Amino acid sequence: MSKPRRLSSGGSRIDRSSRVSFTFDGKLMSGYRGDTLAAAVMANGQRLFGRSYKYHRPRGVIGLGSEEMNALVGVGTGARHEPNARATQVELFEGLAAVSQNRFPSLSFDVGAINNTLSRLFPGGFYYKTFMWPKVFWKHIYEPVIRKAAGLGVAPEGRDPDSYEQIHVHADVVVVGGGVAGLAAAEAAAVMGARVIIADENAVLGGISDLEDGTIDGAPQAEWARAAAQKLYDAENVHVLTRATVVGHWHHNYVMIAERVGDHDPAIPKSGAPRHRLWKVRAKQVILATGALERPIAFANNDRPGIMLATAVRAMVQRYGVAPGEQGVVFTNNDDAYLTALALKEAGIAVQVVDSRARADGALPERARAAGIAISTGSVISAVKGKLGVEAVKIASYRKGQGRVVSERSAPCDFIAVSGGFNPAAHLWCHNGGKLTFDEGLQSYRPGSHADAIVAVGAAKGTMALADIMAEARAAGEAAAKVALPKAKAAKLAKLAISEDARKPLEAIWFAPATGKYNEGNKHFVDFQHDVTVADLELAQREGYESIEHTKRYTTFGMATDQGKVGNLNGLGAIAEATGKTIPEVGFTTFRPPYTPTSFGAITGSLTKKLFLPVRQTPVFDWHMMKGAVFEPVGQWRRPYTYPRDGEDKHVSIAREILNVRNNVGVLDASTLGKIEVKGPDAGAFLDRIYTNMMSTLKPGRCRYGLTLNELGFIMDDGVVVRFDDERFLVHTTSGGADRIAAWLEEWLQTEWTDYRVFVTPVTEQWAQFAVAGPRARDVIAALKPSFDVSHEALPHMSFVEGTLGALPVRVYRISFSGELSYEIATPANHGRALWDALLQAGAPHGILPYGTEALHVLRAEKGYIVVGDETDGTTTPDDVGLSGLVSKKKADFIGKRSLEQAHLKAPNRKQLVGLYTENPEEVLPDGAHAVAEVKDKPPMKTIGHVTSSYLSPTLGRSIAMALIENGRARMGDVLSFPLDGKVVRATVVDPVFYDKEGARLNV
Amino acid sequence: MLTLVCPVCGAHGDETDFHAGGQAHIRRPASHDPEHISDQEQADYLFTRINPKGLHFERWRCDRGCGKWFHAARDTVTLEFKAYYGITELPPPDIMAQARGAWADYFKARQKAAAKAGAKS
Repeated sequence: MSKPRRLSSGGSRIDRSSRVSFTFDGKLMSGYRGDTLAAAVMANGQRLFGRSYKYHRPRGVIGLGSEEMNALVGVGTGARHEPNARATQVELFEGLAAVSQNRFPSLSFDVGAINNTLSRLFPGGFYYKTFMWPKVFWKHIYEPVIRKAAGLGVAPEGRDPDSYEQIHVHADVVVVGGGVAGLAAAEAAAVMGARVIIADENAVLGGISDLEDGTIDGAPQAEWARAAAQKLYDAENVHVLTRATVVGHWHHNYVMIAERVGDHDPAIPKSGAPRHRLWKVRAKQVILATGALERPIAFANNDRPGIMLATAVRAMVQRYGVAPGEQGVVFTNNDDAYLTALALKEAGIAVQVVDSRARADGALPERARAAGIAISTGSVISAVKGKLGVEAVKIASYRKGQGRVVSERSAPCDFIAVSGGFNPAAHLWCHNGGKLTFDEGLQSYRPGSHADAIVAVGAAKGTMALADIMAEARAAGEAAAKVALPKAKAAKLAKLAISEDARKPLEAIWFAPATGKYNEGNKHFVDFQHDVTVADLELAQREGYESIEHTKRYTTFGMATDQGKVGNLNGLGAIAEATGKTIPEVGFTTFRPPYTPTSFGAITGSLTKKLFLPVRQTPVFDWHMMKGAVFEPVGQWRRPYTYPRDGEDKHVSIAREILNVRNNVGVLDASTLGKIEVKGPDAGAFLDRIYTNMMSTLKPGRCRYGLTLNELGFIMDDGVVVRFDDERFLVHTTSGGADRIAAWLEEWLQTEWTDYRVFVTPVTEQWAQFAVAGPRARDVIAALKPSFDVSHEALPHMSFVEGTLGALPVRVYRISFSGELSYEIATPANHGRALWDALLQAGAPHGILPYGTEALHVLRAEKGYIVVGDETDGTTTPDDVGLSGLVSKKKADFIGKRSLEQAHLKAPNRKQLVGLYTENPEEVLPDGAHAVAEVKDKPPMKTIGHVTSSYLSPTLGRSIAMALIENGRARMGDVLSFPLDGKVVRATVVDPVFYDKEGARLNV
Repeated sequence: MLTLVCPVCGAHGDETDFHAGGQAHIRRPASHDPEHISDQEQADYLFTRINPKGLHFERWRCDRGCGKWFHAARDTVTLEFKAYYGITELPPPDIMAQARGAWADYFKARQKAAAKAGAKS
């Protein structure tokens, strides 16, 4: 078997004066500037690029560009390694390091290839069949082995050192694809003055015009393309993007373009420029000029290295001066592939054509015949000899519909160029609901109708003749510009003289019969990347997977990273033949964005690290940092969880903070608490609609705890409402609920009670707020020269006063979440740090210490206070948590009231909030532990409720827990069982208020 | 992703600059006659929605702009916004006339009720 090699001349894309060294699997190789990795590796005599996904079959290059699904390689090393790059798209640069994937220990000898021999064990849907028994084997044996054996490349090591960016732009016209159709459309739109973006995924514009035979104005069409591209680069109203793939199309012409800025030259990202840039474009009009993708033909062992698409072979020869071998066979069902035969012949490579059609008498076949190329009509390739490459083929006579080979002859060859016709690249058409229609002439789907302002032109629309393409593209460009700029004058472009050999129709062939018994021992691949064969698809039909979407998922056909760009239609055709349906009856599967794999870097852009999610900081955040606080996230805030001292364990510091609140005094940064001012003549009436309890009767200077429900009757938020005066209230919400509740209040005001004269103003960040809690709290406040009377008589529990502490303006709320004597003191945010420092200083003689959120939670749990989100879960009513007393019976209406009347919210067996004492006082139940009606050896057991909060209480010197238990309040004193891993914890149901039931510590 | 125009402040933006608020013109029974609401009526208010193929009426909020709620008429097939109108208003008459099925019935009932109320006063 001969090797591929570099031809002594030719290669329109390469610069033979500029040598480039690179490595493939560690082997030093040499290529030319302008090569793709695929071309350069082949020029170095290697066909083998990787092993396939499932059977580990040796694989080589198949395609021309981004549709490549075999030659997937890893590029770069360490943190800059990128897996699954398509070798046909990777541009060569000095020092490029590429590796093959999915092989062990080496490419040419791979132990996983045993899967191929054992392939009877891996039919379509084998995941669901072969590895079913015994059950325990799945987790420990089957899955790890399958995961190791299957799969593609490996992830990079470490953090990505490169940067990425995103750009938002508006454009009149976005042209997708820079082939002749795209160039003509862009030119027409640009001449009329439209702002145009034209994007192409390749490094140079022109599409495959250099591989086609038609001429424009007497010159090869590639020359027209070069001049047209230059005009676009020069135009001020046109932005040309190369190496830029339009990866998706969404509603209202939202187009995303992934530009690979620096992949072809490592100096670019190293200089600080982004590696990838994601363009988010809003286009008034989109013109799809994405061309068509060549499809293969399913014949026995059609995946051997050295079997390529006909256009890809032509590109190897004409663009890169690479001979895929010494002796080729072109296997086709259409005229276009004869161009490949002619190109090979011209390059001095022996070639013959196998054409499945009974007649090959178009202009191109006649040219081939005249050039002395042997053509076997009415013939197919029925077998391929060779494993790591092609050694010979069997050529059999063929008549459409014939199921088996009658006679065949052998022909030596070392590569095959195959063409089964062309499929319009309509993927983007479908991303946003565009319809496809089946074109009998193409034997393929092409764009039909679309609701958005998008049109397809050229081969993307199924228009294949050059003259038609140019006329259609120009008209579309003009029409698009006209819509965007109604006053623009017509483009009046010069007429083009176009000549091209006419093509005769192709004849669909989805499956070439193989030697021997039907399909035995030979694999006819349709999805190369996922190793799906025609036999797999037929099996799926026999097993009843009639819907194409079911077949797709059962066999994983079209689900690889290429989304079936090359093989999809072949699969549909094979299914149609197997079931006696037409292809439109079989249907087609959905294409989804992205068109090609897109880096996470591009999707994320610059929103990483500190910019990933902004952290909200209270006015004393720096102090917490300085004191070495341990933080926890609460919404977007970071709140101090606890303040461990040097060498102190978190549990120790939390207990210390709790006991200090109970015995002396603690201070908590409660600035994150949601604060909303509600103001206006109807503020009281409005809050009566919002809260379950009555707020309009609250007296100025007083506070009231309130619950808000959603319309379903379930607890949504809670907090203390303060009345400043007749028309002004302050609503406190949970830290996480502040924004949501403010928006919710606005919504009701604007949409339901539009006659209420009320303003809602969120003021959370305008105020720093600190809780000073503990038996000595009053002493601390008194020491700060208050402008008001702090006595219990003047400022009792649930009252409010506004004044000053020394020079600092303050609002003081005597409210408590700890059960201790407590003042929450608010000051304008810019005074926050001064007040915090003053409190610590004044409190020092009284033993003041800061406490964090964990101490806060234990303190409140000791008192049986609920936390929305812990004791409630979105299906919890006020009565469930023992707060039915807060639900007004007087009010005719409040949000959620009518729903509370529904039968299932009053059902007898609802879960109710209770306290729990574990039998072993040191045992802390885990949050979420389930109580069961009856303990059994193994699940299932009927559960009767679960733990909602659980702590070790230093105040009580034992564990406490709160739980929602079916009919819990009737179970006081009962012992419940909580089966955990390997043990059963037993706990007694008690009142959820564990400490100071009568509230004596509050009212002092 | 859709683009919208706020009829209150005129801001033109992406869907993510706005907040989708579900179906428009849902009447909250408890705001009118809280004493007499059947379970069925309440269940309909909470859960029953019109889900047409074609012209639909929705609530949106200008989230990153003026913060106001407004109404929009949108075709659920072409995704085209046909009209924007105030949060307390009914659709423009020409758009209302294009409503089909459940929406047509709804607007007919609204107009009948309004005519009845007008006759009374």
